Amino acid sequence: MSLDSDRQLEAFRRMVRIRLFEEALIAHNPVGHLSIGHEAAIVGACMALRDDDYVTGTHRSHGHPIGKGAEIGPLMAEIFGRRTGICKGLGGSMHLTDARMGLICESAIVGGGFPLATGAGLSAQVRGTDQVSLCFFGDGATNQGTFGESINMAAIWKLPVIYFCENNGYAVTTPVATSHGQPDIARRADGFGIPGVAVDGQDVEAVHAVVAQAVARARQGEGPTLIEARTYRFDEHSNRLAIPIEYRSQDEIEYHRRERDPVALYRAVLCERGRQQECEAVENEVRETIDAAVAFARESPEPEWADLWDNMYASPPGPEHARGDRK
Amino acid sequence: MAIELKMPALSPTMEEGTLARWLVKEGDEVSSGDILAEIETDKATMEFEAVDEGTVGKIVVPEGTENVKVGTVIAVLADEGEDVGDIEASSAEPADEGEESSAADDDEGASAGPAPQRPRREPRADPEIPDGTNMASVTVREALRDAMAEEMRRDERVFVMGEEVAEYQGAYKVTQGLLEEFGPKRVIDTPITEYGFAGIGTGAAMGGLRPIVEFMTFNFAMQAIDHIVNSAAKTNYMSGGQMRCPVVFRGPNGAASRVAAQHSQNYGPWYASVPGLIVIAPYDSSDAKGLLKAAIRSEDPVVFLENELVYGRTFELPELDDHVLPIGKARIMREGADVTIVSYSIGVGFALEAAEQLADEGIDAEVIDLRTLRPLDRDAILESLAKTNRLVIAEEGWPTCSIASEVIAICMEDGFDHLDAPVLRVCNEDVPLPYAANLEKLALIDAERIVEAAKKVCYV
Repeated sequence: MSLDSDRQLEAFRRMVRIRLFEEALIAHNPVGHLSIGHEAAIVGACMALRDDDYVTGTHRSHGHPIGKGAEIGPLMAEIFGRRTGICKGLGGSMHLTDARMGLICESAIVGGGFPLATGAGLSAQVRGTDQVSLCFFGDGATNQGTFGESINMAAIWKLPVIYFCENNGYAVTTPVATSHGQPDIARRADGFGIPGVAVDGQDVEAVHAVVAQAVARARQGEGPTLIEARTYRFDEHSNRLAIPIEYRSQDEIEYHRRERDPVALYRAVLCERGRQQECEAVENEVRETIDAAVAFARESPEPEWADLWDNMYASPPGPEHARGDRK
Repeated sequence: MAIELKMPALSPTMEEGTLARWLVKEGDEVSSGDILAEIETDKATMEFEAVDEGTVGKIVVPEGTENVKVGTVIAVLADEGEDVGDIEASSAEPADEGEESSAADDDEGASAGPAPQRPRREPRADPEIPDGTNMASVTVREALRDAMAEEMRRDERVFVMGEEVAEYQGAYKVTQGLLEEFGPKRVIDTPITEYGFAGIGTGAAMGGLRPIVEFMTFNFAMQAIDHIVNSAAKTNYMSGGQMRCPVVFRGPNGAASRVAAQHSQNYGPWYASVPGLIVIAPYDSSDAKGLLKAAIRSEDPVVFLENELVYGRTFELPELDDHVLPIGKARIMREGADVTIVSYSIGVGFALEAAEQLADEGIDAEVIDLRTLRPLDRDAILESLAKTNRLVIAEEGWPTCSIASEVIAICMEDGFDHLDAPVLRVCNEDVPLPYAANLEKLALIDAERIVEAAKKVCYV
């Protein structure tokens, strides 16, 4: 189930895309929850999925559609609040739905994605397909009630769901160690009678291997798996957020940036395999992709008055709906 | 008000059965969950449980009777404080109403022995139902079940999930017979985990199914409101129309009887304030069935608010192959010229009662059932106001930030020139619902309060 040669380079491409996408946002756009540091966890998980598999994201979720292979321009335009955005400027940074790529929603309510991903898994089971559903969430979300409620139902009904925790060690500033009775999150799976696996979240191939195994299990009707990818958030909870306390040391941050950067680590692996030139080509290509996406977003029009109303309901322009015409 | 107990269906396809044994006798007091009788068919035997509490007033069908048709009145239950001796008279009322309804266009058929000034008004038929349609007497409970069963037969994507919906046949027996017909893959018992299964239903809708999520009562949906509001209602919008979320959240809403504050709340105004949701609160069997079928077919998320006290009531239901009603349209339940009474859900019953009392005093009240709370049928409210120039809104719920408040705002914004009096609202008292029987009665709306308000706006 390991990544073949082409897929290795594709994994690297997607990791670089996430990194440069986020860096472009730092340069051009004031606010957002960035995924820098999480690239290997995200891409390793997504590379184990098919296009028609479901993914749900979180508030820290620019990386998830990119990891799933979504087109970059509409994502960038969405975060710029443009009409050409993937959600027409109605969703934004924390709600980057891309239905074509199976990214059915990003819930910015911490813990909100658990039952949604579980329900998507239920739909696959009821429809009799072999699709699976992968739920991204952070360490903080595991303290929400939906974590246990959803995994319990997935376990008793053997739903094809992969619960994938990006454990970056902190819920905003609260450490896992002081907020979890069982800080070893993978072990919480025992309480639901399902497998729980911890993996180095900075190693894309290791992440891919454990997720691929969980996906195979889910497709065979054997039920859900809980995976804890141990990763690290390089930036603050939210871009440009002033944090008044020192909840983690500068040494810790610098150590991770220097020694545990997932993009640099994977580049080194690929270079060792003699693929330096290919890596450089990918980096140049992604730079162009991101520049083009920023240009596309900047040049795109803002949404209009009618766009305020047009997507509220699928079907009925009821009497109240007509109030949108009042202006 | 007497409650008719009808021959239950063990499955949606059952037509008749044997009333094998009565386990209660006339005069016995029963409460919800008590076993009343044993019903047999050639396939199964079932214990027939009480859903409402009261005293067994009259056993209509003796035990041992065979070939009892489903829906036949087999006994009559008297409410607390109701004289058992009056049962026959009061239980005959629905039948009278039915006769009047069928004679709606025939002035000679009006049977009232009126005072000279009494306006002659008959219950108004729903214009959505074709003239000449045969009508059957069906409880709201059965109408809701039939709506789900018909839609599940029609569309295999439709399924039901919730607590006790399958094996137990529904906490209020609304899902009775569905497990037998559709099996455990489509009638799913969940653990007690509202936050979880409301979200799972929402996710399943995103995954292309048409879930019906039953809450044992909407009070428990407080645990789940995040997924109704933050997930279901916003999916379509936040995705820029890429995703649909055709889920129905349904269950009893509003005050029940003697279950106190945590189990007695009307969430109509809460959900109706949320853009992206459709909110429906039917009163009678026809609307319950026709609107639930519409809700299940809707591409949008629907909050469908039922009422426990209305489940057991019997109303006329059109015998149509596919009875689907439009969402977002109010219904004139009774035409009138002097004052409009707007209401929804259980309040409609009080409003109709009030209209009868007002007629005795020479006041001709029009009663409007909103049926859908979002989108609200502004036009229906304003057209009636333009005709009567006076309006009262009756709502079994709190007054503050209520549907009543919204109706008043609509009248102020767009009906000001038609107003001959301030619009008044008749709502529950603005307190958590108390337990004590007398206080509960004091806190809830009734017909008398509506009559009083209507007279006030008519300056009588």
